[in-house]
Amino acid sequence: MKKDKISELKTISRHARKLIVEMLICAGCGHPGGALSSIDIMTALYFDIMRIDPHDPKWDERDRFILSKGHSSIGLYAILHLRGFMDRTTLLTFRQDNSNLCGHPDMHKVAGVEMSTGSLGHGLSVGAGMAFAAKCDKKKHRVFVLMGDGETQEGSIWEAAMFASHHKLDNLIGIVDRNMIQIDGNTEDVLALEPYKAKWEAFGWDVADIDGHDFVQIQECMRNIPRCSDKPTLILANTVKGKGISFMEHNPAWHGGGLKGEHAEIALNEVNASLEKDRK
Amino acid sequence: MAKKSMRHECAKHLVALGAKHQHIFALEGDLKESTQSIQFQTAHPGRYIDCGIAEQNMVGVAAGLALDGKIPFVHSFACFISMRAIEQVRTSVAYPRLNVKFVVTHGGISPGTAGTTHHAIEDIAIMRAIPNMTVLVPGDAKEVQQALEAALARNGPVYIRLGAGDAEDVYDEKANFAIGKATQLRPGNDVIIITTGTFMYEGVIASDILRKEHKINARVLQMASIKPIDREAILRAAEEAKCIVTVEEHNIVGGLGGAVCEIAAEVGNARVRRIGINDHFCGVGSQVCLLRQEGLTVENIIDTVKSF
Repeated sequence: MKKDKISELKTISRHARKLIVEMLICAGCGHPGGALSSIDIMTALYFDIMRIDPHDPKWDERDRFILSKGHSSIGLYAILHLRGFMDRTTLLTFRQDNSNLCGHPDMHKVAGVEMSTGSLGHGLSVGAGMAFAAKCDKKKHRVFVLMGDGETQEGSIWEAAMFASHHKLDNLIGIVDRNMIQIDGNTEDVLALEPYKAKWEAFGWDVADIDGHDFVQIQECMRNIPRCSDKPTLILANTVKGKGISFMEHNPAWHGGGLKGEHAEIALNEVNASLEKDRK
Repeated sequence: MAKKSMRHECAKHLVALGAKHQHIFALEGDLKESTQSIQFQTAHPGRYIDCGIAEQNMVGVAAGLALDGKIPFVHSFACFISMRAIEQVRTSVAYPRLNVKFVVTHGGISPGTAGTTHHAIEDIAIMRAIPNMTVLVPGDAKEVQQALEAALARNGPVYIRLGAGDAEDVYDEKANFAIGKATQLRPGNDVIIITTGTFMYEGVIASDILRKEHKINARVLQMASIKPIDREAILRAAEEAKCIVTVEEHNIVGGLGGAVCEIAAEVGNARVRRIGINDHFCGVGSQVCLLRQEGLTVENIIDTVKSF
């Protein structure tokens, strides 16, 4: 049973990668690198971990997800489509004139988007506020906030980190997409984050260090987040920027950019081959 | 007439509103005595969060609370909300139209000798430029109460700016503040004095002296609602009088004076003179000293009116 779920998640993430590629071709722009590094995490959240209802996006007891790294919207949109929040026609309007699917997501335009994001360093505070409100009302839902590793160079993240542990927000789960790459290069060359795990621990968080592309590890970790630990949880998901498209992997040049010509062809072939392999 | 502390009056009234509305939360950035949010903490401790010296996070937390149906009133000094945390205000509150209220104190040059770091002479301009934001600058205790109630009744972000000092009572019992409406405090068609914040008091005194001693009928409009602004009242002023004088404890760039000019330029022949801080950082001095240096006095209002 567990194994079936894992292979189901793998298949979903392959479909999501294909959609990301299609959207990048249609739009001619977007942010592929961080969407591809975090798509497995979002797949697990939306198809295994979070209590949500696509037919009732505002269901009061739903778990909340904030994409603090709003530039990875392309991944979120793909997942929301696969989970039944939006149709394919809408999905392919990504970044077209007058589309609801902006490069950075707008909560008032897309069902399932909890918070408008895009400027880095905002999401964890907002998630902390939501988690605080849930505690006040004795509600059981949880709040998940996905951040980029480069994003955590913002000081406001650490203000929020202090706030969350001070208020014992064990219903708040931060996830860092640790792909090691930001626009201008390797995070350790631009503005070093290491010792990273120790930083979060020093700020009072329980830290789980996992492979962010291994669904067994993701599931094991996320299914076992303690609910009454008095500490917020940080999932340090070690990932590969551009994961799944050979020429994008580990390549800062593909933080942002659309797909056309030969690149589009190679990318489509690779995601199709990956799905093909799945069918066999 | 009596003088009252705007901060204390505001806090007292928020405590009363908090008793009626269980969704109201108060957030503070380590200034609870100065902002007087301590009153809310004492009355409603379960709905009070001192966020410490971390204004950006405080505004983000407020956004999160609002997303879950709470109505957070965020307290700090005007300079810190309008500048330190402005991107959170703009992007995480105003853009998603979240129901967050900002109650800021120490606006203008009211921090006096504390110095330029703590003055806020840009905040109205900054807040006014943000879509979805409502900007209120009430001028006495009664207007503060009414502004708080109006802010609560409005679903969306509101910035309420107070000074540090005391304010003379100006409003009579019948006066009725409303968002988007000017309040006429004195009639007159020779000149229109438009004030905001506590300067409605100086405006009224100046108008009375002008009428009595100089036979000039100066209408006084209190513009406590800077955004949305009472467009009709300004258009009427620009058509009915030859001159308009604006008075504000703020840079003359982008605040009340700027807002009035933008609208008055569309019609009529009225010229506008702006009294305020003349686009420079103020030196060291008490609020009274600095206001005198900047010409924010009854005498200068009268002289400016007469100079037309």
